[in-house]
Amino acid sequence: MLLPALIAVPLVAAGVAAALPSERWRPWMLASAAAGHLALTFAALTGPTERSLGGWLALDAPGRLVLLLLSVLFAICAVYAVGYLRYRREISNRVFVPCLLVFLAMTTLVACSQHLGLLWVAIEATTLTTAPLIYFNRTPHSIEATWKYLLVGSVGIAIALLGSFFLAYASLGEESSLLFSDLLARAARMNRSWLHVAFVLLLVGYGTKMGLAPMHTWKPDAYGEAPGVVGALLAGGLTNCAFLALLRVFHICQAAGEGAYASRLLVFFGLLSIGVAAVFMVGQRDFKRMLAYSSVEHMGILVLGVGLGGSGIFAALLHMLNNGITKGVLFLSAANIHRAFDSKSIDDVQGAMRRVPLSGWLFLLGFFAITGSPPFGPFVSEFLVVTRAFAAERFVVGGSFLVLLLVVFVGMGRTVLTVVQGAAPAAASRTSYRDGLLTGLPILVSMGIVLLLGVHIPSPLESLIRAAATLLETTP
Amino acid sequence: MTFSATNLLLVVVLLLNLFFLATSRIRALIQAAALQGVVLGVLPVLIHGRIHWNTALIAIATIVLKGSVIPGMLRRALREAQIKREVEPLIGLVPTMLLGALGTLLSIGFAEGLPLVPEHRGLLIVPASISTVLTGFLLLTTRFKAITQAIGYLVLENGIFIFGLLLLEAMPFLVEIGVLLDLFVGIFVVSIILHHINREFASLDTRRLASLRE
Repeated sequence: MLLPALIAVPLVAAGVAAALPSERWRPWMLASAAAGHLALTFAALTGPTERSLGGWLALDAPGRLVLLLLSVLFAICAVYAVGYLRYRREISNRVFVPCLLVFLAMTTLVACSQHLGLLWVAIEATTLTTAPLIYFNRTPHSIEATWKYLLVGSVGIAIALLGSFFLAYASLGEESSLLFSDLLARAARMNRSWLHVAFVLLLVGYGTKMGLAPMHTWKPDAYGEAPGVVGALLAGGLTNCAFLALLRVFHICQAAGEGAYASRLLVFFGLLSIGVAAVFMVGQRDFKRMLAYSSVEHMGILVLGVGLGGSGIFAALLHMLNNGITKGVLFLSAANIHRAFDSKSIDDVQGAMRRVPLSGWLFLLGFFAITGSPPFGPFVSEFLVVTRAFAAERFVVGGSFLVLLLVVFVGMGRTVLTVVQGAAPAAASRTSYRDGLLTGLPILVSMGIVLLLGVHIPSPLESLIRAAATLLETTP
Repeated sequence: MTFSATNLLLVVVLLLNLFFLATSRIRALIQAAALQGVVLGVLPVLIHGRIHWNTALIAIATIVLKGSVIPGMLRRALREAQIKREVEPLIGLVPTMLLGALGTLLSIGFAEGLPLVPEHRGLLIVPASISTVLTGFLLLTTRFKAITQAIGYLVLENGIFIFGLLLLEAMPFLVEIGVLLDLFVGIFVVSIILHHINREFASLDTRRLASLRE
């Protein structure tokens, strides 16, 4: 009964939060639900594989990885949100808190869903529950961002539904089913034309949700206007749910013997995303939008790793964890800096290390981590992707990947260094925000995890990633 | 008998698609979308041949939701915004209608290339589905009023629903209901956002939503 409980705990907490009259105590529902969810997650990860709802819900290795990431990231963000909402007393959190909790429930459902249709319903539900989160600030800009997010996200996800239908129809004649185990078993007999079109539709659909270029247009607006804590959960959690969906579809293609076809498309979209992100990151003056492009870049790295196959899949899964937690560091520290300066443009924001030393330093360290500097986690996984590219003799792919990483490092570095160094300009507005325990400690913890993943991957985690990578390559 | 009736209804769907692209009056658009929703609700029963309790339930849910509840929500948003027409779309009405007709022809050609199981051969489901999806896309991309774009999304979803008719046996009841529920909540959230856009910008023109850019 662990899996239904994992989904029910945040849902019940959302109901309680919506009913609680106190604006001050409501945010604590986030922290308590997150603690319960984290405990249940560890119980589920150490326990045997459990199937519920007639095989629709089960935790396999890739699902376990995503669930672990979601639960840890949500716990970090929940504690942060308690601190953050104290500074935002002027806006009611009556919608914000329940929506965050429903988000946790739906992303958990994505992680344990073994049914293509159920997976779709859950991902679409995450789109709907995050729309009010992006709109939290109630400004004209945030309406614009929400509208674009809703429209682009819903259309993308609708295309994914069409792709799911195509995939189900590809096993012509046989009793069609949307359970992954059935789809895998009959993959080899699927009709190629239907399968090819289905994969393209699913890649475009779930790729929109991941924010792969050129379907990424909603991302800078949504991440730029949403509160930092929402940005962290979208960039570190939601995008990985869509990535999990793509992984499952890729697995089916692989089982059908069409792995080469799928890989070509993944490598193409991966490099394109990294390239587009690099172009827009150079000279970016808004540091939250810069983080959005960084997210586009890293989604590109994920699909590039999978497209390269072999050890690239292990690298991509490890990078999913690294990127997810590092995005937590970056978005949350950027949110603190935003709060301290009341601006997110580098024209006004300089000298963050003096005004909010902890957030300033963490933002800088997060930048070094995400751009692949040792000794942080992303260095290891990005290095593995590069190694895989050269080992597979994809010299052009590996070479252009390295060049683009360098461009990103320089482009992002200029913006980040301007933000953290120097002294605040005289015109910069003064605000009452200073780093506190609740808005500082969660970021420090996530930075610690990023460092740990770079120095030494705990062996249970490593075997879990290995199991997930092996599973995605085995065909029944 | 049910075979030709099904195709007849699918032709109605195709004609409605052209009407969507040809009209500038938003009220007429909503009415046509409601009619298409009702047609969609009838189709599963026709294709199934016999009435099973969960087919009937889905048919009723579809007709109520797509034929009455969602159009009702859109009509309310329209009343609030006090607009009547889609003026100056990106591409004129006649050219978009021609594009829509061309899209229909192309989707018939595209569907030829995909093999069908024997009992689906001769049905217009695949071309009708793709043509409806394309119509939704055209509405989404060439019209500027936020409410027309919402209708475009609804039409796109209708196209996917039509394709789902091929999988009637495979689609579990729960998923069908889940998809409908997501659509309902989606349009609900959209109508709330429409309300806020209208209040903040005193218009539903999405060209005003263009301050976020590089």
